[in-house]
Order: sequence, then structure tokens, then C-alpha cells
Amino acid sequence: MTAAVRLAVGQTLGRRPLLWLGAALLLVLTLSLFVGRYPASPLALGDDALARRLLLHLRLPRVLTACLLGMTLAAAGSVLQMIFRNPLVEPGFLGVSQGAAFGAAFSIIYLDAGPLLIEGMAALFACLGLALSYLVARRARYGGWILRLVLAGIAVSALFAAGVGVLKYLADPLTELPDIVFWMLGGLWGVTWADLLYLLLPVGGGLLIVHLMRWRLNLLSLDDDTGFSLGAAPGRERTLVLVAAVAAVAAVVAVAGIVGWVGLLIPHIARRLTGADAQRALPASTLLGGIFVLLCDDLARSLLPGEIPLGILTSLFGALLFMLMMSGRNIRVQR
Amino acid sequence: MGRSVILSASGVVFGYNGSGRAVLHGLSLAVPAGAVTAILGPNGSGKTTLLRLLLGILRPQAGEIYLAGRPLGSYSRRERGRLIGLVPQEEHIPFDFSVLEYVVLGRAPYLRPLQLPGEADRQAALDALRIVGLADLADRPLPTLSGGERQLAAVARALAQQPRVLLLDEPTAHLDLGNQNRLLTIIGELAAGGTALVLTTHDPNLAAVLADHTLLMRRGRALAAGPPAETLTAGLLSATYDAPVQVLRANGRQVILLDSHPRSAAL
Repeated sequence: MTAAVRLAVGQTLGRRPLLWLGAALLLVLTLSLFVGRYPASPLALGDDALARRLLLHLRLPRVLTACLLGMTLAAAGSVLQMIFRNPLVEPGFLGVSQGAAFGAAFSIIYLDAGPLLIEGMAALFACLGLALSYLVARRARYGGWILRLVLAGIAVSALFAAGVGVLKYLADPLTELPDIVFWMLGGLWGVTWADLLYLLLPVGGGLLIVHLMRWRLNLLSLDDDTGFSLGAAPGRERTLVLVAAVAAVAAVVAVAGIVGWVGLLIPHIARRLTGADAQRALPASTLLGGIFVLLCDDLARSLLPGEIPLGILTSLFGALLFMLMMSGRNIRVQR
Repeated sequence: MGRSVILSASGVVFGYNGSGRAVLHGLSLAVPAGAVTAILGPNGSGKTTLLRLLLGILRPQAGEIYLAGRPLGSYSRRERGRLIGLVPQEEHIPFDFSVLEYVVLGRAPYLRPLQLPGEADRQAALDALRIVGLADLADRPLPTLSGGERQLAAVARALAQQPRVLLLDEPTAHLDLGNQNRLLTIIGELAAGGTALVLTTHDPNLAAVLADHTLLMRRGRALAAGPPAETLTAGLLSATYDAPVQVLRANGRQVILLDSHPRSAAL
């Protein structure tokens, strides 16, 4: 009985972080509209036509994209960590981001592509990067699964980074190179409503699928034999959530370039807030990812007269926070 | 004994793809409800492969496996999950689930693919925790439990499935005597309650204490099957383990010892 009472209390507390995070995300989203070099006070919007245009056509799509970007990277990080049973992976570590960047750079140079084709190629090479990392890790003869997957991801990422390097070398320094450099640093300048529309289907669909399956992610984090004995189809279910997560990541990377560390750091913080059960940890991670990238993007466009690439800021804060967390007492990584 | 057979294998042949070599050669086994069946044999004799076949993870290349009167392959995944549970030898869980969150996972066979567990599932998980005596630890993070408590939590997770057959792979392999005693008592109670228990072990003493039926395996073949009084003999055990074995009697049951004297041989 006492356990049941404690359970009820725990549930009430357990729901609260999600409410708080949801409210915080809405607040940050709204405030972000009024951050930037051009002062656009909410009070002055009525008689400032330029501010209205700026807000509707530049800031609103950008802020919404930043939010989707953060939500996607953090959710995908959570999903990859659960299904690979490895708390040290994120899209950037598994060849997904570098693969997507290679696909995009390739289509910029050789296919003279529009956004849709760039996105498709990014998705294709993201999947290829992930598959390659997985295969290399399976075949590796050194260390446990966590270490093998991280090492394989590093090697595959380096392979695609080298490919991007070659493409940069071959690129026209005036027309193509700036586009590719943008990819490597990550950023959201020049995001339009059209970019946001391209994102809606893969990101909306991907996030919906992984959230519908959030409790089953717990099953997929168990040994396959145990998962099977519980009526799950580990191989099939893992592939489904993986494709959903990678498609969403490829789409946001196609628009924003490589924005690192979000997918590694945020799921760890989310699990601290809600516990490991993905039923709550995944939504928490998604909301927190949105908040984190929105804040980083606010800084990116207001800190200096020129814009700081977003990927630099997320890596800076992400890596610093991660180091702080790793040296904390509560972190625990086995194997 | 008059107990009804709930799970049976007959003439099962199995070999892993690519190896071209059979791991199990025409093995048969009948598992009665309300009894403990122990599968004994040295490392590599095919015990775990047999367990994975009984669970339906592997499919036999010849022979048949029946569960509650129907071929095992005719069940859906969820149907099968409500009938057979598994307690693996050791489980690596890389995330800090609470004990209750972990045990609730045992309710998966009762949930539709996108359904979230509800209050009834949490109650069933708490009931399972009560059976293994861990109800007070429900909110504790799993990694803070001792090895023995974690093994009991895995049993509770399988019990939350409310299975009619419970498979345990080397259940006492990592447990000290106190925790072994706790687990064996729970296994005995479950059998008395009507659950069929199948456990693999390479420790014949465990079978002597606990089992109603035994299957002695060597290199994928059954050397002997029957009640422990008939199978746990010096001759059969020596042949099974390829080692000199002595069987004594104490308190009315067999005690199995290794009859070798490595120190005196060296002198």
C-alpha cells in the first residue's frame, strides 16, 4: 500500500516536469521573436511596418525552425541511445550528421539541386552513415558494444568529413564553397517559410512515430531475447523508430547544417529530470531540446554584430555542460 | 505424477546458420505444469539453445514444440508472451529505470502496440514485486540494487507477465548462498502455485534440491531424463560432465561432489 501511495505521488511529480518544460518552451519561443539586432518591441508592432514584416517573414519561420531543430535532435538522441542501448551516442556520433552533410554538399556541387533534392540526398547519406557505423561496430573485434559503436561512429564520421573536405577543395570558392562551409558550421540564417514547410512532413511524422512508440523504447533497451519474450519484435520495431528518427534528423540537418551535441547532452539532462522511463524522458528531452536550441540561436543572432554560426554555440555549451555532468556524482555508464 | 504437460519438444533438431553443424540432435522434453524441470549439462551442451527454442526465438529445423496443446509457431508474439516468461542469466540495462518501471515492462504482452501501461498494469507489477519480496524497493533505481535483488527484480518482471511457464537461464549463477536460498524458495512457491518452471544449470546440486524432473544433456543429445533420483547418479553425471563424480546422500537427498584429488595427484 505504501508503495502504491508513493507511486501515486511519484506520478503527480513525474507529470509536472513536462508541464513546466512545455510552458518554458512556449515562453522562450515567444521571447525569441523579439530578440535580434533589429529592435522589435511587441508594443511597437502596431505602427512599425518593417518590424511586422521582419517578425512574420524572417523571425517567425526562423524561431519555429530552431525549435523543431532542437526538438528533433534531442528526440533522435534519446531514441538512438535507447535502441542502441548506449547512453553515449547521438546523431553526430553515428555518422548521421556527417553523412547528411556529405549528401548535401555533393548535391550542391554536382546536382545543382533545389532544397527538396538536397534534403533527399542528405537523408539518403544520413541513413548510409548510420548503417555503416552499425555494420562496422558489429564487425569490430575490440571492446564492448558501447565502445565499438562510438569508435565505429567516429571512423565513419571522419570518412564522410574527409569526403566533404574533398568536395570543399573541388568546389567553386565563390558560389559553392560558402554553401558548404555553412553546412559544416550549422546555422539558421536565411531560413524561410518554404524551408519550414519542407521540414513539416519528415519532422512531424518522425516525432509523432517515436512519441507514439515511446514506452516501447524501454523494451528495445533490454536484451533482444528478453524483449522477444515480452512479445516485442525487437528488429522490426527498432528499424521503424530508427527510420523515423533518422528521416527527421536528415531533414533538419538539410536546412540547418551540422548542429552538434544537442542529441547527446539533452537526453541526459531529461533523464535526470524525469527518470529513465522513455514514456516521460522522451517528451522531456524533446521539449528541452527545443528550449536549448532556441536559446543558442537567440545568442547566435544577438551576441555579436555579425551572426555566430549556431553549431559553434551548441557545441560550446553542449560540450561544457556535458563535461560538468560527466564529472558529477550521478552519472553512470557501464561496460 | 499425473501433472498435465504444458510445454513439450519432440525430436528437435537445430543448427545455427552457416555452421552446418547441428547443436541439438533430436531432443525431446516434456514440461509438466506445477513442477520444476532442470536442464543439466556442461558448458556448450546446448542448454541455452534449447531454452531459446522453447521460447520461440529460434525455430527447430526438424521436430515439433507444443505449448498448451498448440504448435508454438501458431501463437502471436503477444499471446506467447502471456504464456511464457524468461529470466535471462544476466541482464545489462544501460539506463537507470526504477524497479517498478522495469517490472512494468513485463506487462507488454497485455498491451496493444501503442498502448501505455495503466493503473492495472502497475498494480500487477506491484503484486509481482510482493511475490519476490521487493515491494519496498519499487521506487529505487535498479542499479542501486544488489546482484541478488536485481535477479529477483528480473523474476518479478517475468512474473508480471503472469506466465504459465517460466524459463530461467542459470538462475543462481551469480548469487551468494543467502540469495540462492531466497530465489529457490520463490521458485518452489511458484511451482506449488501451478506454474511450470524450466531452468538450465550446470550445477547438479541445484537440480537435486529443487527439481521434479531433469534432463541431462551432452553435446546436444539427451543422456538421460527423469526424476532426480534416477538421473543424478555417479555413472550418468560422470558421463555428462566427463569428470569423476561422487553422489552421497544427506538428509534424504543426493549431494553431488567432484571425486577428484588434484593436489594428491600432484604429490
